[in-house]
Amino acid sequence: MFLIYCPHCEEQREEDEFHASGQAHLARPADPDACSDKEWGEFLYFRKNPRGLHRELWQHTAGCRKYFNIARDTVTYEIHGSYKVGETYEPTFQSHTSEQPGSEQRDFKHHGSEQPSDDTAS
Amino acid sequence: MTRFSGFGLVKHALQHQENWQRMWRNPKPKSYYDFIVVGGGGHGLATAYYLAKTHQKSNIAVLEKGWLGGGNTGRNTTIVRSNYLWDEAAHLYEHAMKLWEGLSQDLNYNVMFSQRGVMNMGHTLQDMRDINRRVNANRLNGIDGEVLDAKQCQEIVPIMDCSGSTRYPVLGASWQPRAGVARHDAVAWGYARGADQHGVDIIQQCEVDDILVEDGVAVGVNTKQHGIIKAGRIGCVPAGHSGVLAKMAGFELPVESHPLQAFVSEPIKPILDTVVMSNAVHGYMSQSDKGDLVIGAGIDGYVGYGQRGSYPVIEHTAQAILELFPIVSRVHMNRQWGGIVDTTPDACPILSATPIENLFFNCGWGTGGFKATPGSGHVFADLLAKGKPNKLAKAFSMFRFHDGALIDEHGAAGVAH
Repeated sequence: MFLIYCPHCEEQREEDEFHASGQAHLARPADPDACSDKEWGEFLYFRKNPRGLHRELWQHTAGCRKYFNIARDTVTYEIHGSYKVGETYEPTFQSHTSEQPGSEQRDFKHHGSEQPSDDTAS
Repeated sequence: MTRFSGFGLVKHALQHQENWQRMWRNPKPKSYYDFIVVGGGGHGLATAYYLAKTHQKSNIAVLEKGWLGGGNTGRNTTIVRSNYLWDEAAHLYEHAMKLWEGLSQDLNYNVMFSQRGVMNMGHTLQDMRDINRRVNANRLNGIDGEVLDAKQCQEIVPIMDCSGSTRYPVLGASWQPRAGVARHDAVAWGYARGADQHGVDIIQQCEVDDILVEDGVAVGVNTKQHGIIKAGRIGCVPAGHSGVLAKMAGFELPVESHPLQAFVSEPIKPILDTVVMSNAVHGYMSQSDKGDLVIGAGIDGYVGYGQRGSYPVIEHTAQAILELFPIVSRVHMNRQWGGIVDTTPDACPILSATPIENLFFNCGWGTGGFKATPGSGHVFADLLAKGKPNKLAKAFSMFRFHDGALIDEHGAAGVAH
């Protein structure tokens, strides 16, 4: 059972209250019409699937219903920290598996402003 | 290698079971293979078997980081069915079903394939509409299927609560009589024995930690235990770790890895002679020959590589099973475990060439790979042998996520993801 700190409620609550919404920091291409099929397909369907530190978007569905980000290790399941959408967060201690370079943000030609996104890869 | 037979059983019994042959060799890897299959689960071993047997290829190796069938092959709930909605998926899974039907004879190994039928429950009017649609689609594809009402469900499964007084009442089900279960370990062992007989080198405890690529062409793998092994063509069948392997070759796959868990109860007397699955309340159950209730759950919603599941999912699954089968409320659970499944956005697998030449991937089976084991191996062996996809594999290219030709099987997948 995860204990997750909601940065909006400023409280540590149980996993049951939350819903995982997939990879965080997905920026919608600023000019979708200028995207090739490949770029658009990668934005829609291709996700980081790291073995190690991962940035995820979670929603406090049974609480404030707001979205926030989590830095979590996908092997040990250790949660390094929570932070609001739009904030940055650097884990203070090293995970046993290091963060993959470039996992922070996908390299699209046209970066939009960072927005909360609720598209899970379900 | 001697063939297994009833006569052999008697002969070995008289010799105090002391002279059974080893089922497969334990060879040292060579420095070069024409074909390397990465991953020694059911799908990987089946791939090697059909490469050697059907395509008459030689100089093949299977590299397995742990032991044979120690991953998802040994962790699933053993359900086999082919009632998928869309033509592409239905043809692929039905191809597997036809191979299942002759598999024990083909392998000379009893995989205990038992066609006891699978029931997919409907609990809402919309469920029933979807079930009607799916059964009709199945029948048009030559796949057996029937729509049952609640009374017929009750006749087949007397222990199920079909009273209509539950929170999600049983309104009916789709029923595939040819579906059933198989012994999962036996599938891996049978294919391993068969592949070994055809000269395939099965190398266990050999973990691939890099894929060697020169000018966009895969030329071999680096292994932790045996160093570099060169290869003509490489087929990766790594299940939950497909994303990790793809990263070694420098590209990404449209998969996310999630833990999926299952439980077995203490053995009890026979109470369930079929398989019951419910997408709406989200649980599925069958009873093994040993008497344990084999229960499957949903996936955890987040990416995870820990081979264990979360407690909320256990609770949710127990609720679902008790809703359908109040009779099992006092049954103790013996074991609970998790496997890592690589899910794709459209709940369909990837059988595909990749951006790297001579490197092929068979992955993305998500929560339902076991049922496809023979078909997956058969089709992937064809892809590896010829270098281009056949009619069945064509639709399952990884590039469908670029051109948008997805095969949306979320409705027919047993587990929501």
